[in-house]
Amino acid sequence: MKRKVDENVKREPFSGRIISSTIKENIDEKVEREIVYSRPECMHDLPTILCPGCQHGLIYRLIGEAIDELKIRGHCIGVGGVGCHAMGMGMLKIDAIMALHGRAPEVATGIKRSLHGKPIVFTVQGDGDLAAIGMGDMINAVNRGEKLTTIFCNNAGYGTTGGQMAPTTLLDQVTTTTPEGRQPQGFGYPIHVAELLATMTGMAFSARCALTSPAQFNQALKTVKTAFQKQIDGVGYSFVEILSACPPTFKKTPLESIKWIMSHMLEEYPLGIFKDVDKIP
Amino acid sequence: MGKKLLITGNEAVGYGAIYAGCRNYFGYPITPQNEVVEFFARELPKIGGNFVQTESELTSINMLYGAVATGVRAMTSSSSTGFSLMQECIAHMAYCSLPAVIVDVQRGGPGAGSTQTAQMDYAQVTKGGGNGDYYPLVLAPFSVQEIFELIQRAFYLADKYHHPVIVLSDAILGQMMENLELYSINFGPLPAKDWAATGQGERKYRNTVPNIWTFFNNYRDIIVNLGKKYQEITDNEVRFKTYEIEDAEMVIVAYGSSARISLETLRRLRPEGYKVGLIRPITLWPFPTKIIRETSHRVRNFLVVEDSLGQLVEDVEFAVEGRAGVHLLGSLARHLPTSSGMIFPKTVSEEVKNILCHK
Repeated sequence: MKRKVDENVKREPFSGRIISSTIKENIDEKVEREIVYSRPECMHDLPTILCPGCQHGLIYRLIGEAIDELKIRGHCIGVGGVGCHAMGMGMLKIDAIMALHGRAPEVATGIKRSLHGKPIVFTVQGDGDLAAIGMGDMINAVNRGEKLTTIFCNNAGYGTTGGQMAPTTLLDQVTTTTPEGRQPQGFGYPIHVAELLATMTGMAFSARCALTSPAQFNQALKTVKTAFQKQIDGVGYSFVEILSACPPTFKKTPLESIKWIMSHMLEEYPLGIFKDVDKIP
Repeated sequence: MGKKLLITGNEAVGYGAIYAGCRNYFGYPITPQNEVVEFFARELPKIGGNFVQTESELTSINMLYGAVATGVRAMTSSSSTGFSLMQECIAHMAYCSLPAVIVDVQRGGPGAGSTQTAQMDYAQVTKGGGNGDYYPLVLAPFSVQEIFELIQRAFYLADKYHHPVIVLSDAILGQMMENLELYSINFGPLPAKDWAATGQGERKYRNTVPNIWTFFNNYRDIIVNLGKKYQEITDNEVRFKTYEIEDAEMVIVAYGSSARISLETLRRLRPEGYKVGLIRPITLWPFPTKIIRETSHRVRNFLVVEDSLGQLVEDVEFAVEGRAGVHLLGSLARHLPTSSGMIFPKTVSEEVKNILCHK
């Protein structure tokens, strides 16, 4: 049977989701449908090029919603680290600069300082990028009291390179470089970045969120917005760690991955706000 | 006539940058270029500029990357070992086509080496010490006044070609004091920086550094465009200075402080009747191959004076193509076995006489 194309329905390219439609229910009567949920305005009309079940797309959605709600798109500059999460920078309709591995905080510093503190600058970094190669850069940026925001995607391993151990990998977790599971002797312990940075004077806001349920998503959105607000108010560095599922490296289905985050990762990485101040002395 | 000062070569770097309109400096202390960092820390806040003392050279160069991506003029400086740390990001800036100025005040190597003078960075600076196909533009001054002028030219060339430019100084030039006349040089119009990521604002399109759409669509175009740019620079930007090569039987090739020493040698030998000339490359990349090649048709011998085991000498040998003898007077000709050894005009004179008498 030949499929009838309704010309009154406007669809997103690729995904085919309905953006707006005027459907003829009766011959004479037109029903206008109101859009109650769609992509954030500052996100491109493109599919994410991430794996099925990957939550980095959601993280960019969070950032997009926060940017829209705070109305800062025009003077927002994003700095992408190295890793899958960097692909998300292509999704946002903002100016963006891609940093070398681990160097996003100082690239952001260069941007913010050279434009005399005017733009809102944020970095998105993964756990290999921030907690391994870029840990020193991160700590020093916080220590300088830069007015920046960092969104830290923690998926307990290196995703882009195929699932090696990261500093955030859980004990006994099997990765391609810890085939017997991560043992503390020789491989160390999972690092708690949000708690670590919360101990520093230059930090204005440090929190950890997860995306395991719609309620958690809303909580994470609120947290990301607060983090951006801290930068807008010029308080200090703001940092949000988001636990993110990586089904291919977890060797699990998308649903199992989220269950594993709830049963294993939340135990090691408790959610919460570790620092929230309105003024740094 | 501009204001006149008696200052060191390292401070002349600072004045050159300020006269070129640079208001952003990111730096990390390393001997022998600490005066550059201290100059900017002292002077930039007075004129509303940004000075950041970073935690490493990696941070310096990446802050520079962030700053120049917003379209402002910015610079950093370091010395040999610190400069090596910067190579990854210099290569990245060449890939992103960003205008950056980096000053390398050379010291002894390899590795931590010594904190005193040497010219051992020629290869890592001119051949693109980082990964991938790239050549930064390299300018080599030989006096305090020339450091000041070439820093201004470096900013102009960086903006003209959207490419990293390196000014190669050394410990002698950085630490010595000379007269400096301050004036700003007008090099002419420059292309607009419409690619700069400054926040989208009212702009219709978004700017990304590097241009991610180009990368995903056509990597070959990036390579082709870089190749065209290198050809254009090689065709237009070669600079050098010759001294008394018209009737010379033998020509010295040297840059930086060695060129200064060689020029003194010329002044001593010419009155004695030795027909010796000097070619001083001012751009080390692109290298003045043509003038050396032309000279090699009528000169029997070349002497390369450089404070290393022989790096510049390779480029000279390439230019000469075996038509004339190419001799090297390198680090082994220093007057002391310690790291404070230097090549003196007396040693160069002896070597010249030696070659001329045994031809």
